[in-house]
Amino acid sequence: MSEPIVAIRNVSKKFPGGVIAVDDVSIDIAQNEFFALLGPSGCGKTTLLRMISGLETPTSGQIIIGGEDMALTPPNKRPTNMVFQSYAVFPHMTVAQNVAYGLKVTGVESSEIKRRVAEGLEMVKLTALADRKPDQMSGGQRQRVALARALVKRPKVLLLDEPLSALDAKLRDDMRMELTRLQETVGITFIIVTHDQDEALSMASRIAVMEKGAVQQIATPSELYEHPRNRFVADFIGKVNLIDATVLGQKGRSISCDAKGLGKIEIASDKAVGSSVSIAVRPEKLRISKGRPENKSVVKLEGTVRDVAYYGDTSHVVIEGKDGLNLSVNVQNDTRLGGAGVERGQKVWVQWAPEDSIILTE
Amino acid sequence: MENWKENRRVFWTLGAPPTIWLLAFFIIPLGFLFIMSFSDKAVIDGQVSITEYDYLTGIANYIRAFESLYLTIIWKSIWISALATALCLLTAYPIAFGICFAPERWKPLLLLLVILPFWINLLIRTYALIAVFRTQGYVNKVLGVVGVGPFEMLYNNFAVIFGLVYVFMPFMVLPLYATIERLDKSYLEASLDLGASQFTTFMKVTVPLTMPGIISGVILVFIPCLGSFLTPDLLGGANAIMIGNVIERQFKAANDWPFGAALSFLLMYATFGALALRWLIASRSKGVDV
Repeated sequence: MSEPIVAIRNVSKKFPGGVIAVDDVSIDIAQNEFFALLGPSGCGKTTLLRMISGLETPTSGQIIIGGEDMALTPPNKRPTNMVFQSYAVFPHMTVAQNVAYGLKVTGVESSEIKRRVAEGLEMVKLTALADRKPDQMSGGQRQRVALARALVKRPKVLLLDEPLSALDAKLRDDMRMELTRLQETVGITFIIVTHDQDEALSMASRIAVMEKGAVQQIATPSELYEHPRNRFVADFIGKVNLIDATVLGQKGRSISCDAKGLGKIEIASDKAVGSSVSIAVRPEKLRISKGRPENKSVVKLEGTVRDVAYYGDTSHVVIEGKDGLNLSVNVQNDTRLGGAGVERGQKVWVQWAPEDSIILTE
Repeated sequence: MENWKENRRVFWTLGAPPTIWLLAFFIIPLGFLFIMSFSDKAVIDGQVSITEYDYLTGIANYIRAFESLYLTIIWKSIWISALATALCLLTAYPIAFGICFAPERWKPLLLLLVILPFWINLLIRTYALIAVFRTQGYVNKVLGVVGVGPFEMLYNNFAVIFGLVYVFMPFMVLPLYATIERLDKSYLEASLDLGASQFTTFMKVTVPLTMPGIISGVILVFIPCLGSFLTPDLLGGANAIMIGNVIERQFKAANDWPFGAALSFLLMYATFGALALRWLIASRSKGVDV
């Protein structure tokens, strides 16, 4: 990676009262990235974002933006701008005044302000509403104002705190595309905080998954999904079946292990003998068949259908095998009449390719 | 529960006592004074009566109120009240701000300290101020140690303004505290984030967004200041007389109720004017709820 635009070095934040919100986090974010901080509420992602903006001071560690240490730089002098979760659009100003505010207070020439405000409003398609007051606008429109207000400042980094959480589902999809489009046009690094994995997976070029103040994994969306580093990431990103197992022996580049409900199976991995592991497999990687699968190389087990939940495009089937092992299987409803093709209480076989299994130790 | 307004018996049981109270002890006496303000003392056998009145004789009392002697006093009352209100605002804003940003567990105690003077009789507090400011008072004693003074600090406009600020400060702090406390702090953070300094943020975001509290506080302080008579009476002496003192003298020493009533109503109209101004400002600054 070339010189990172934002470098977070061993940053910790301890609040008075002893709560450690962020615990020794290091992240490098490259120029033009769409970076997401993803995690459950209370994981420290917002605190980290606020430390980048300067609204919060790290207890220890360094935040470097554009090659400069920001330790002594107050928020109003940083090359970052933030879109707040509540939008914080000033209610006593019109849309145009809101967008102009950041330029006015830093002494930008008035003809330049006019030009950039017009440009900013154009960018978020609010030109027609320039003279409205925020209380006459919808949440989605207010958010566009907040976006334009931050973008006309031409920051090196745009920070977005849960930008979609207050919007309804339909608007959220539009805004998601809009944000991706904006990021591509303006060419500014975006750092977004979200608790919604779909949001992060669909928008971000890279994601840092956080839990309890610490980074669990930093990776691209597909890497996070297909190669989670630990149980938390596997479980937090998408749905997953976790099967407890013990490694019995090693044979070349694969291991044989004793898995709960499956017996002895062989999977490519290099985990040490004797360690207890989890075999993680995504529900859409599983196949259901009525008879015993012919293919010898697949992992297979027989079970009973316990539940079928219909979601339109897919059906989620829960199958109970031996030793109380429950597996979720996603079935594509690819014909109108078929549905999941199974019903509750039916005996079926489940199979998946061994390479679709992920072996997790942490 | 059903709407009690729809149940007539409940409505009257709850509504009657306060209505009767207001009618008997507020509306009727006020109406009587209103009539009085258009009346004159009766002249019986060539002598002005002390107890009898000729009712509804005309607006002579109001014309008299616009004599330059009274206009001067009214004008003086207005600027003293305005100055006291401005000083109250300047001191109360930082106090209210400080309480809002204080640690959560300190807030009740700090608010209590603001309200505490209410628990002591106004008269006692005012006399205490005399003890502080008189020529041999505490302030002059301290100044004397440094070798300055003594100063004449009592019985002038300064003493009256200081007394008014001291007495009415809580009326300014409390509404300010209420609005600042409700103010979404992310507005201030957004302003800082957009490059504004702390001072600019204060002037362009904090003050406009707390305007409802400022207006309420100004009105809650200005109106009682304008009508106050105890503070100027005790601290102002003969020099610092305000319209409240004039009214008090009409009802007591001068025994001229009709003229006192006319002055009272003029003061009340001024108050209505101030309230109308507040409404005007409120309706103009839409979006900020007042």
